[in-house]
Amino acid sequence: MNEMNRREAMQHLLAIPAGMAIAPDLLDRAAAHAAEAVEQHAHEPQQAQGAAAQPAPQPRPAYRPKQFTTDEWRLVRLLADYVIPRDARSGSATDAGVPEFMDFMLGENAGMRTWMKNGLGWMNAECRRRFGTGFVSCTDAQRREVLDAIAYPKKAAPEVQAGVQFFNSFRNLTASGFWSSRIGAADLGYIGNRPVAQWEGTPKAVMAWLERNTK
Amino acid sequence: MPQGTPRAQSTVYDVAIVGSGAGGGMAAHQLTKAGARVVLLEAGGYWDNSSAQYSAMLKNPWDSPRRGASTPDRPFGEWDACIGGWQIPGEPYTKAEGTKFDWWRGRMLGGRTNHWGRISLRFGPDDFRRKTLDGLGDDWPITYDDIKPYYDEVDRLVGIFGSNEGLRNDPDGIFHAPPAPRYYEHLIKRTADRMDITCIPARLSIITKPLNGRSPCHYCGQCNRGCMTNSNFSSGNVLILPAMKTGRLTLLTDAMVREVTTGPDGRATGVAYIDKRTGEDKLVRARIVVLAASALESARILMNSKSSRHPQGLANSSGVLGKYITDTTGTDVAGFIPSLVDVPRHNADGVGGGHIYMPWWLDNRKLDFPRGYHIEVWGGLGQPSYGFMGGIQNYPEGGGYGAGLKQQYRKYWGATVGFSGRGEMIPNDKSFAELDPEVKDRFGIPVLKFHWEWRDSEYNQVKHMQETFRALIAEMGGEVWSPMPTKEQGYGIANGGAIIHELGGIRMGASERDSALNANCQAWDCDNLFVADGGPFVSQADKNPTWTILALSMRTSAYITQQRKAGAL
Repeated sequence: MNEMNRREAMQHLLAIPAGMAIAPDLLDRAAAHAAEAVEQHAHEPQQAQGAAAQPAPQPRPAYRPKQFTTDEWRLVRLLADYVIPRDARSGSATDAGVPEFMDFMLGENAGMRTWMKNGLGWMNAECRRRFGTGFVSCTDAQRREVLDAIAYPKKAAPEVQAGVQFFNSFRNLTASGFWSSRIGAADLGYIGNRPVAQWEGTPKAVMAWLERNTK
Repeated sequence: MPQGTPRAQSTVYDVAIVGSGAGGGMAAHQLTKAGARVVLLEAGGYWDNSSAQYSAMLKNPWDSPRRGASTPDRPFGEWDACIGGWQIPGEPYTKAEGTKFDWWRGRMLGGRTNHWGRISLRFGPDDFRRKTLDGLGDDWPITYDDIKPYYDEVDRLVGIFGSNEGLRNDPDGIFHAPPAPRYYEHLIKRTADRMDITCIPARLSIITKPLNGRSPCHYCGQCNRGCMTNSNFSSGNVLILPAMKTGRLTLLTDAMVREVTTGPDGRATGVAYIDKRTGEDKLVRARIVVLAASALESARILMNSKSSRHPQGLANSSGVLGKYITDTTGTDVAGFIPSLVDVPRHNADGVGGGHIYMPWWLDNRKLDFPRGYHIEVWGGLGQPSYGFMGGIQNYPEGGGYGAGLKQQYRKYWGATVGFSGRGEMIPNDKSFAELDPEVKDRFGIPVLKFHWEWRDSEYNQVKHMQETFRALIAEMGGEVWSPMPTKEQGYGIANGGAIIHELGGIRMGASERDSALNANCQAWDCDNLFVADGGPFVSQADKNPTWTILALSMRTSAYITQQRKAGAL
């Protein structure tokens, strides 16, 4: 992001009409906050550009999970990306750091750790029952067969209820981690978390949309 | 008697106030303003929303590896401004067999005013004389006209937005302009109008123009994280820290009060407390004691303040201490609104709470329950954080995974609305608190044991809430996910205490035979002891209690000041 864009971004974030009293220190904090956000965004295009123009990025030291075994870590990364894959609009669950988020949460909560480990164990057991091997070494089609069996609670067979319950929660946790990440919030188009000088109510275009939709 | 020897200090304050929430903060503000030297004891630590050291305002969800999830001392999320919770380590409470009761306690400067929706509703004229009107419960010893000047003054001092509507039992106030509705609130308002349900702008203690040096709201929607600009009400930042500027307020934090001490004449001499930082028993001496530790905690302190002059505990010669406790009734229903799918993105943060609400609109004479409820609404495009769109399998596709699931989150975000009913419980003789004969907290102070029972008056009311919310969602073309709870499920009624509006237990009244306090919230048995929290309430009303706690505390403070000037205290 060049200097001009950065200045515009700051002005956009901090536009306050004359005469509005907002504490100066709030503006300072908001400015620092905005500057930090702009700074962080400024690095994004560089990573997306080709390697030719840039020296090859140093590989980040591999994340070492604290709560998962190596096998579980492989499975949890795979499973999270089955839930939220990369698409044209944004990255995947692993791109957004969801497995690392899960690792942190499991460290906070012993009950969640037990739930996760049992659930991953169920996934492997179900794959072995069907295909003779664990989830990670199954083919994509085999994994999807298991996921199809548990991802739609109303259609699921009684035999896989434990898997259904695990997957409901795993999907929730993946969504928590993904949509609350920088990547996820940008994908959603969340606009907020900033000081607004004057609440104007619902924008006209949205009101027009509402009128059309709710006749 | 306290274990150990309280260390008497030479200072005798004019007033000792226990608790720094709405009632204690208001008393500290008003009494120091009137010239009194006041000591304020708070069981938790210091807190100042103005500082980023405390407030989490404007944080992004990804600023924390927890993404806003709860922690042991922040059950409503790591960024919630209230330290406390349903369980506090070392400070248990017990329940009679079969009783379901949850007790939220704050442990910090400002108490639970750091933890609420800022819904600030005056009680109406009927709310002070319900027994006269329907024969149930009791009348208050004061009327709306007695308290109205104080409501007005609270409006002016603390600030509130709302609209004057001329509703008879939902009195108007001195309001700042309310914020315009969000997109889904427009839809709700339109639907409520069609169903003849009164739906008006919310009344929240958030300022929308400058007031007493505070900046107006900047609409980040994060009131619960502690407002750095003090644009909403918290007792610490709006009352107590300003009161400290008088130089007449001494603040003691981490001071867990054990009892009110009394002299041979039975009058209060001060309070005994434990300094939590050192574990020492200490004493502050004061000419007047004001309890504002929360309705139930103040009742507990009084029960524990036994002496030969007050063998049943202080202010308890009537035996009503701990009795006639109530909480707001509550139940919630959410639904999916197909016409809101793919709502165009815009900033819908607004204030930290609903911009509209529905005051009680029906006539109980035509219903099978005696008292009303109000309706709060929720929904929108709030900041995504931990728990985001949990239960995606409830939407039409029934779950899934992969690219299709990812698209579901995008299109369904903002297409859910919810309704919460908040109603009036009638006090009953099976709902009360007493000292547990055996269990003590980590300071050695006997703890409360709760007994709780809802009656048909509450169950039928909550059933009506459920039916109303389901009808509203159906009228919006929406779909409710959860089936109607059955009678056996209590129609979905929340546990006693769960709405965090506990009131009563030290009720005021016209006669010392059946009340602990007179019409000035002064103990019948001890003329220099006052209660300034929710304890004096005689009935619950279908309104959130904070505004009435503030007005009553202001009125009590005015009485104390007047009596002091007259030399009576």
